[in-house]
Amino acid sequence: MTVATLAPEAALPRAPGVVRKGLDVVVLTGRNIVHIVREPLQLSDVTVQPVLFTLLFVYVFGAGVVLPRGGTYADFAIAGLLALNLTTSSMGTAVGLSTDLNTGVIDRFRTLPMWRPAVLVARSLADLSTAVVCAAIVAVTGLVVGWRPGGSFLATLAGFGIFLLFSYALSWGCACLGMISKGPESAQGVGLVILFPLAIVSNALVPTQRMPPVLRTVANWNPVSAVASAARNLWHNPNPSASIQTWPMQHPILASLAWSFLLIAIFAPLATLLYRRRTAN
Amino acid sequence: MTDQASIRAEGLTKRYGDTIALAGIDLEVPAGSILAVLGPNGAGKTTAVRILTTLTTPDSGRAWVAGHDVVREAAAVQRNIGVTAQDATVDGLLTGRQNLVMVGRLSGLRRADARRRASELLEQFDLTDAADRVLTGYSGGMRRRLDLAAGLVTRPPVLFLDEPTTGLDPTSRVRMWAVIRLLVSEGVTLLLTTQYLDEADELADRIVVVDHGRIIADGTSSELKSETGGARLEIQLSEPAEAAPTALAPFVSGPVHVSRDGRRLRAPVRSATGLATTVVRALDQAGIAVDDVEVHQPSLDDVFFALTGHPSTEADNDAGDAPETEAGPDRPLAASTGVRS
Repeated sequence: MTVATLAPEAALPRAPGVVRKGLDVVVLTGRNIVHIVREPLQLSDVTVQPVLFTLLFVYVFGAGVVLPRGGTYADFAIAGLLALNLTTSSMGTAVGLSTDLNTGVIDRFRTLPMWRPAVLVARSLADLSTAVVCAAIVAVTGLVVGWRPGGSFLATLAGFGIFLLFSYALSWGCACLGMISKGPESAQGVGLVILFPLAIVSNALVPTQRMPPVLRTVANWNPVSAVASAARNLWHNPNPSASIQTWPMQHPILASLAWSFLLIAIFAPLATLLYRRRTAN
Repeated sequence: MTDQASIRAEGLTKRYGDTIALAGIDLEVPAGSILAVLGPNGAGKTTAVRILTTLTTPDSGRAWVAGHDVVREAAAVQRNIGVTAQDATVDGLLTGRQNLVMVGRLSGLRRADARRRASELLEQFDLTDAADRVLTGYSGGMRRRLDLAAGLVTRPPVLFLDEPTTGLDPTSRVRMWAVIRLLVSEGVTLLLTTQYLDEADELADRIVVVDHGRIIADGTSSELKSETGGARLEIQLSEPAEAAPTALAPFVSGPVHVSRDGRRLRAPVRSATGLATTVVRALDQAGIAVDDVEVHQPSLDDVFFALTGHPSTEADNDAGDAPETEAGPDRPLAASTGVRS
C-alpha cells in the first residue's frame, strides 16, 4: 500500500457562494435518496402504506359514509388520503435527521468547508422527493378504485402542488422534532402522536359537519382540512366543507398557501437554530 | 500569527456540565512534525481535537490551525485540515467510493476530480475490491482506513487522527501505522491522540501526556523516558510478603508498587549490571521466595506510571466522567479485537 504525494493543497477550487451552496445541497440530497432506496422499511411509509390506506378507507369506510351533498366516497376520499399519507410520512424527516445526528457522519460534514444548513435543506428536498412518490402512488391507486379529477390538467397539477408544498412545510416542523428527540425511535413515537391526530381531526376522511362542536372547530381550522378542500375544489371532487362559514373553508387555496408559508417561516429558521445548538458540542 | 501548516493552542479550557474536560492546555505542533497526545480514556484528548477541528468551541483560550483562528476563521481552518475522528464518520449506507466522492464534492472538488481522487485513495488504502460495496460489509480495519482516506481527500496540510487504531486488531494496527508513517514522510503536520503508549513512541516526534484535562508531561520519547529515571523492576513472589518492599528499598529509585494479591511488585530502578541477581539474593536473605524477576528497559508505560501514579492501562474509574469515554475500559496494551461501535 502506498500513499501518493500529499502536496498541501490549501487553495481548493471554489465556486461562487450561491452555486457552492446549491452544489452542497445537491450532493447531500443525492446521499439521502441513496439512503432511502437502501432502507426499504423507510420507503414502505410512502409505498405500501398509501396503497393499503387507500383500499381500506375507500372500501371499508366508503361503505358507511354518506356525503352531505352527494358524490362517491372515492372521489371525496383521495384528496383526504393524500393529506393523511403525506402528513404521516413527513415523519421520515424527523427519523432520518435524528438517525444522522446519532452517528458520526454529521461530525464529518462539520469539519468540511461546506454550507452548514445544506444538511437540513437536503433532508427536506430528499423527503419532498419521497412525497412525490407517495402522491403518485395514491393517485394511481385512486384512479384504480374510481377516483376521477374533474378540473383542467393544470388545475389537477396545482392540486398536487398544494399537497407537496404543505408536505414540504411539515417536514421542516418534523426536522425540529428530529433535532430535539434523543433518537430515531423517540422521534417516530412523538411524531406519530402529533401527526396522526393532525391528519385525522380534519375533513380529510369524513365530512366535519357531524363532529362534536369543539372538534369541528379544530377540524375546520386545521391546515390539513384547508389543503384537502383546496385539492377537492381544484379537482372538482365533492367538498362538503365548501358550505362551512369559516375563512379557511371559504378560501381553502389561499389558506393552504398561507399555512404552508407560515410553517416554513417558523420552522425553517427554528430548525437551523436547533441544528446549530444540537451540534455545538 | 503562526506558520501556515502548524497547530497552536493557548490555554484551552472546556467544561461539560460539572465535568472539566480541559483545564487549560497549550500545544505547539511545528509544520511537518507529529505530536502524539497520550492519555487514558477521559483525559480530554478528544475534546482538544474537537476544538482544533472546529467541531466545538473552547470556553476560554485560543487556537490556530494553519495560521487561522479555529473559532473566528473556522471555514479557513476547515479548508486546511483532514480529520479522522474516534467514532466512524463515514456513512454506513453508502459505498466506500460514494463516501469519498461525497466528501470530495462537499470540500469543493468538481465531480470528475472528486471521482479521480476517490479511486486514487481507494487504491492506496487497499480498498479497491470493496470500493463499490456498502459499508455494512466492511471490517473494522477497512472502515478505519476509509475514514482516514476521507480525511485525505483534499490533500490537507494538517491532519488530526483521534485514536486511529483503538479497537483494531494487531495486524490492522500495524498496517495503519505504515500508512501514517508514509503520510508523515510527505510533510504533513499531524496531531494524533492515542492511549497506546507504544503507538506514540512508534510514530511521534513529540509527545504530550494528558491526564484529567491537563498536560502533565511534554517532550520527545527519549526525554520522557529519562524522566522516569531508568529501568523498571518487576518481581513475582511465590507468596505475598510484607517485608518485600523493605528488602527492595536499597535497590529501587522510587516507590514500590505492590499488586492487589501482594505477589507482584513493581518499582523503578537504576539499571546496573547484575541487578537481578543482587535483588534475588537480597530477597532470599530476607526469607522471601521469588518466582520470577525481570528488569524492563523503560517504556512509555513507565513514563505514565511515574507521572500519574497509576498505570495507563488501568485507566481506572475516571473513564465514566467525560463525554469522550465509552462503557468499559479498553485495555490498550492487550490486543483488543473488534471495533467500537
